[in-house]
Amino acid sequence: MKNRRYVLSFFILGILVVFFLALNLCAGSVQVPIKEVLNILLGGDADGMFTDIIMEIRFPRALAAAVLGGGLALSGYLLQTFFHNPIAGPFILGISSGAKLVVALVMVFALGRAIHISSMVMIAAAFVGAMISMGFVLLMSRMMDRMSMLIVSGVMIGYICSAVTDFIVTFADDSNIVNLHNWSKGSFSGISWENVALMSVVTFLASALVFFMSKPISAYQMGESYAKNMGVNIQVFRSVLVVLSSVLSACVTAFAGPVSFVGIAVPHLVKSLFRTAKPILMIPGCFLGGAVFCLLCDLLARILFAPTELSISTVTAVFGAPIVIFVMVHRRKEKAE
Amino acid sequence: MEEFYFYTEGLTVGYQGVPLIKNIEIRLKKGEILTLIGPNGAGKTTILKSIIRQLEPLGGLVHLDGREIRGLSGKELSKKLSVVLTERVRPELMTCEDVVATGRYPYTGKFGVLQEEDRRIVRESMKLVHIEELMDRDFTRTSDGQKQRVMLARAICQEPDIIVLDEPTSFLDIRYKLEFLSVLQGMSRSRNLSVIMSLHELELAERISDKIVCVKGDKVDRFGTPEEVFVPGYIADLYEMTAGSYDEKTGNPELEPAKGEPQVFVIAGAGSGTAVFRRLQREGTPFAAGVLWENDLDCPPAKALASEVVLEKAFYRISQEKVQRAKELIDGCKRVICTVDLEEPGEWMEELREIAGYAVEAGKLQLEGNKDVE
Repeated sequence: MKNRRYVLSFFILGILVVFFLALNLCAGSVQVPIKEVLNILLGGDADGMFTDIIMEIRFPRALAAAVLGGGLALSGYLLQTFFHNPIAGPFILGISSGAKLVVALVMVFALGRAIHISSMVMIAAAFVGAMISMGFVLLMSRMMDRMSMLIVSGVMIGYICSAVTDFIVTFADDSNIVNLHNWSKGSFSGISWENVALMSVVTFLASALVFFMSKPISAYQMGESYAKNMGVNIQVFRSVLVVLSSVLSACVTAFAGPVSFVGIAVPHLVKSLFRTAKPILMIPGCFLGGAVFCLLCDLLARILFAPTELSISTVTAVFGAPIVIFVMVHRRKEKAE
Repeated sequence: MEEFYFYTEGLTVGYQGVPLIKNIEIRLKKGEILTLIGPNGAGKTTILKSIIRQLEPLGGLVHLDGREIRGLSGKELSKKLSVVLTERVRPELMTCEDVVATGRYPYTGKFGVLQEEDRRIVRESMKLVHIEELMDRDFTRTSDGQKQRVMLARAICQEPDIIVLDEPTSFLDIRYKLEFLSVLQGMSRSRNLSVIMSLHELELAERISDKIVCVKGDKVDRFGTPEEVFVPGYIADLYEMTAGSYDEKTGNPELEPAKGEPQVFVIAGAGSGTAVFRRLQREGTPFAAGVLWENDLDCPPAKALASEVVLEKAFYRISQEKVQRAKELIDGCKRVICTVDLEEPGEWMEELREIAGYAVEAGKLQLEGNKDVE
């Protein structure tokens, strides 16, 4: 009975990924018929312009949205587990913003000296920023017991980082700054195949490691003391969890800038779909769910007011914020019962 | 020390380098139940945390099954020792069965998938603590008492040799308190399970424990069998009680007695007077009672609550000296309450009838029917 629900849920998520991937390829300011898309993907004869649009722009972008969305959702899931807090996520805890700040610093520095920076450097920079923010959040969580205060301090860290980033972006004098500006608002545009390859390697590797941690994660859900008694090495476990969630959100930030709410909304939606919180199901579930969510949001960002493009966070916030509110109200109700 | 399954040597525990309790020497054999008692904040939880390796001891050693506990890997320890803590668990979307099944953690494979054998043990453990009907219930939607029993089933299903529990019965009603402790007692007999726990219910601690550890100040004040620990006056001393009293023999607590010259004299016996003593205490009326034999059921509450008790040695006929003392007290009282059935043909009732007669003459006697006895 339960197992049927799980299989069905994975099936639904799988279908949705394929469906939105296809839709992302077809739709846009230039409509490409699905037949043409298939033709192009299978390497058949097709219109040259269509081929360029699909292969150079839309396909890498859609793949990036899927992979990064998955990574982001997973990162959120890990943070929620880590802090035992249902509304923790890389964006709300300021981890994305920290990553953004360091990436912006590196970019401005490099652009000013006309140095080409590789994607790998970008990821590394983002990771450093993410870890710095994470360090602050951990420090805060030591000092404050209340869950809500943790979130507030995370949001504050986020604001500080964003303010400094804006400051840097505003005063950096370079024609390329337009790019930087777009990126700092969050967007999946301008992704190259080289980017896709690298982000896939990083994200899939990290996700696989997370999957192998599903057993200790399930123990950790019972609380630290019980997990310890079950034989989990808490220090090691916590460190690995922090590093992996930072790597995942850093990878996203390096390529797409800060993307809000995916990390909170998706794990919650996936939990409701599966009606379980078992890590072994939630980890792949969240990845697929994040892919669907970001594909949908990126599609809307592109076509809603085409040719003007919305920033991805604008769209994810529209869907994500109500979910956060719902979760908080729901929890309050449960406590009152 | 070979014979002991669990023992500590000069164990010192505390937080952040500050010792709280020093030189703890606890010894426990397989199948024994050991209970920690002592005032709030004495450090019972700190000791428990230190012996389950959640807290680094500041000194000394803890031995389990012939090995020093620090030398055991997390997995080895988890197969020998399981815990029920006061920490609140709020697992999301987990049924009670799921929660119990987390106890199988040390036995499952890389991904924690339960085998048929694991499921059987989970079901068995739930049956043992009588929570089969909670199987599919969402854990967060159960009562505190149910949660506690689920956590016990979880600890049992970890198949340990020793279970450590921190105040496990605090949120349970009397039925479940007894049921819970019975399960532990049953396991200690049938599976040779050792138990270490802290309890606030002294009377239950006295009844279930093979060994009792009394924690007070910065040391273990006493360690021994219930007989050695529950000696008259010790509990008041251990807890530094400032109001009321605790009777070590019966496990009855009594509130602070009304002080002053006795206004009421109670002729009691065979447990018939206890309710009246307590009513007078509630009213704040000082009273005297007698003549009671030392082995009378009414004796402990009378000693705890009355201003004066006229006592006769057990198995002796009431002496005229005691009768005289009772009459003197009646002279000073406004009322006399008699809770014993004076018609009782017992040979040794003669003196009580004499005292009652004295009260009738003074117009002070008031018969309390058997309603108080029932």
